[in-house]
Amino acid sequence: MARLYEFQSKALLRGGGVPVPEGAVASSPAEARAIAEKLGRPVVLKIQVWVTGRAGLGGIQFADTPAEAEEKAARLLGMKVKNFVVDKILVEEKLAVEFEYFAGIVMDDAAKRPLLVFSSVGGTGVEDIVRKHPDKVVRRTIDVRTGLREFEARNMVLRSGISGPALLQISDLLTKLASVARVYDARSVEVNPLVRTVDGRILAADCHLVVDDYAVYRHPDLGIEIAREFDRPPTELERVAYKAEEKDYRGTFYFLQMAEKAEEGRTLIGFHGAGGGGSMMSMDAVQSRGFTVANYCDTSGNPPASKVYRAAKVILSQPGIKGYFASGSGVASQEQYNSARGLVKAFAEENLAIPAVIRLGGNFEEEAIQILGTYLQDLPGRVEAFGRDDPPEACAARLADLVAEGGGISHEVRPMKEPLIQTSAYSFATLTGRISIDHSQCLHCESKGCISACAPRILKVDEDGRPVLAISEPEAKKGKCTECLACELYCRFHEKQAVTIELPIPGLKEYRDGIAGKS
Amino acid sequence: MSIFVDGKTRVLIQGITGREGVVRAQLMKDYGTNVLAGVTPGRGGREVYGIPVFDSVEQARDRVGEIDASVIFVPAALVKNAALEALAAGVKLLVIVPDRVPIYDVLEIAAAAEEAEARFVGPNTLGLLSPGKAVLGMIGGRAQRAKEWFQPGPVGVSSRSGGMTSAIAYYLSRAGLGLSTIVHVGGDSIVGSSHPEVMELFEKDPETRAVAMFGEIGTTQEERVADLIEQKKFTKPLVAFIGGKAAKSGTRFSHAGAIVDGNRGSYESKVGRLREVGVHVVEAAADIPARIAEILGSKA
Ligand code: SF4
Ligand code: SF4
Repeated sequence: MARLYEFQSKALLRGGGVPVPEGAVASSPAEARAIAEKLGRPVVLKIQVWVTGRAGLGGIQFADTPAEAEEKAARLLGMKVKNFVVDKILVEEKLAVEFEYFAGIVMDDAAKRPLLVFSSVGGTGVEDIVRKHPDKVVRRTIDVRTGLREFEARNMVLRSGISGPALLQISDLLTKLASVARVYDARSVEVNPLVRTVDGRILAADCHLVVDDYAVYRHPDLGIEIAREFDRPPTELERVAYKAEEKDYRGTFYFLQMAEKAEEGRTLIGFHGAGGGGSMMSMDAVQSRGFTVANYCDTSGNPPASKVYRAAKVILSQPGIKGYFASGSGVASQEQYNSARGLVKAFAEENLAIPAVIRLGGNFEEEAIQILGTYLQDLPGRVEAFGRDDPPEACAARLADLVAEGGGISHEVRPMKEPLIQTSAYSFATLTGRISIDHSQCLHCESKGCISACAPRILKVDEDGRPVLAISEPEAKKGKCTECLACELYCRFHEKQAVTIELPIPGLKEYRDGIAGKS
Repeated sequence: MSIFVDGKTRVLIQGITGREGVVRAQLMKDYGTNVLAGVTPGRGGREVYGIPVFDSVEQARDRVGEIDASVIFVPAALVKNAALEALAAGVKLLVIVPDRVPIYDVLEIAAAAEEAEARFVGPNTLGLLSPGKAVLGMIGGRAQRAKEWFQPGPVGVSSRSGGMTSAIAYYLSRAGLGLSTIVHVGGDSIVGSSHPEVMELFEKDPETRAVAMFGEIGTTQEERVADLIEQKKFTKPLVAFIGGKAAKSGTRFSHAGAIVDGNRGSYESKVGRLREVGVHVVEAAADIPARIAEILGSKA
């Protein structure tokens, strides 16, 4: 949620010397009253949600007395607006506005610079207003190494037709606005309206600032929970997914819920893409085949099998999906067997009953397809694997056939089971999980196949013929064990199911219990 | 010929001792890229896959001679420093592979590159590859695959998606149409070399006779390519696919964005503008090779 609320944005402006109305944020009617009392003059109450046109929705109210502020706050708090439930309102001095302007900073991808836009007309419906008055709109790019200089701002404001005392106030404000944007790594800042009051003050009456997702780590003070741009608060499952991704920098895992139900006449499926462009193209392909995607998901950047596994578990925590579609660009540079193993572990644990079409083209796709083919034959749901020579459109058509053949059964989200692990089992920690090996099984195992399955060669057989780490435990934990899952899959499908790899997903158990409880 | 890179380009790898650096150094070297040195501050004196490692770009340059291009694999938070270091040492082409580089860092790199009259590709790029000559970045993953998948020839590829760069290039090669250079411009909203900049290079490259472009919704890159064509600065045949048709357009939150760009950035705007100037916009990426074959065939 790198988009900040109005009250947060204004706090940053105030800190940077940009004048904003006096006020504070309230979460209860009593707090609203206290703020109004402290201000000692008429106030405006504004719901804190990310939607435009709050006034039209009744989300902006005025109050002349503290008692009235309390009463209006009681009405606003708890109000439902689109996907939001209002839990905070901003209580501010009511301004006597004489003029409304507009100021904004966005990224100019052609100039590769921030672009400042100022319009001497602003307010509600600013887009239409400026279309009618193009001469009032001025813009200039900012050199990031010098920042916006005062004279640059002044010339700009002059060009918009403003002179007199407001000129200097506005140009000063714009230079400060540009430096707030810079300091807080804002992808965009918007002040609409910027106002001049009847007593001649220039203030940012409203403000929205969006912090660059990639720079959120530089601003722990902002308390941003999810560094991703959402146009609504994240769902519980999105939070779970984000937490799972947060501390693991090997590749990326992005998860976004899009629909709970299929649109009329369409079929709901889970979507698992790899790489932005390929995912988008694959999503276009399934949507034009009559599917509704429940979610968008992308695991890319050469993720380990453990990450793909977690993504699949999250996708399969969505009840009602009737198919699973995994497809990326088709010719990926990443080692596709990692994705294949992650999917196999997840599908096997779920005992997947719905059909799945997996398009894993690219590096080592033959191995990947073979892994999926060998290990997933016995599931109730049919899993088919495709490679780079199969276009996404054909794969989407295949999924449609499989769903039809299988009678369109829905995926059931069951509570998570704790794996059974002997307390005596040999075990060691990995970067994000734990591997346990039940050595009592290994004595009767001739292949010792787990050892050769381990590509990084970190397992060996000890004197008693049992597989153990060939490296130190801290080394394994630091990442020498790549969480490729090969040892577990080998043993599960060819030997005695002695290996268990636990890859916790904090919060998913509770989430699933909640779903199972509801149904 | 090719653009950006050929077999003679003298290449450096920054972050060569990291997780990705090591693996991709092997890819680049095995493919035949002229990799002369690597840099990881504090690891000078080592070797990675036979490539000497130095403590700084300047030191590397002093030991091995001029560097034409640097491929950067350092963590996102350190990218700015690494890029500025390379520019300061006179490197004229950077390929910035990492994802999640803060946007203001990219803007600073852009300003420094402009001043140094250097170019950069990325961030968030798989890099670029001139078949049979060199690869910068990680396209293809392993040298053997990259050699099999991508054949030399007359078609240039420019793509906003890494995976689709390889996919389109592979489909073209499979169809018997070879490639001059394939470029993943990077997935971020601000990139060093966007589609129009790549088109200008393809325009100048005598070997490139047609170009395939994979565009996406967002940014103004594809519209600016249309502008270039209109200004006759790009005159070669272009076949384009735009991804994101099914994406929900959603509410626009940024008035400033709307004021500046109007509806530029949308699927309709891109396809409309490109068709207006005569670009062949296809409905499925898999149709690209056939269209290119048609165009090249009719010209031959
Ligand atoms: S393959 Fe399984 S049973 Fe055999 S040694 Fe390895 S862990 Fe033990
Ligand atoms: S022990 Fe080896 S085979 Fe098992 S997950 Fe770790 S790296 Fe993979």
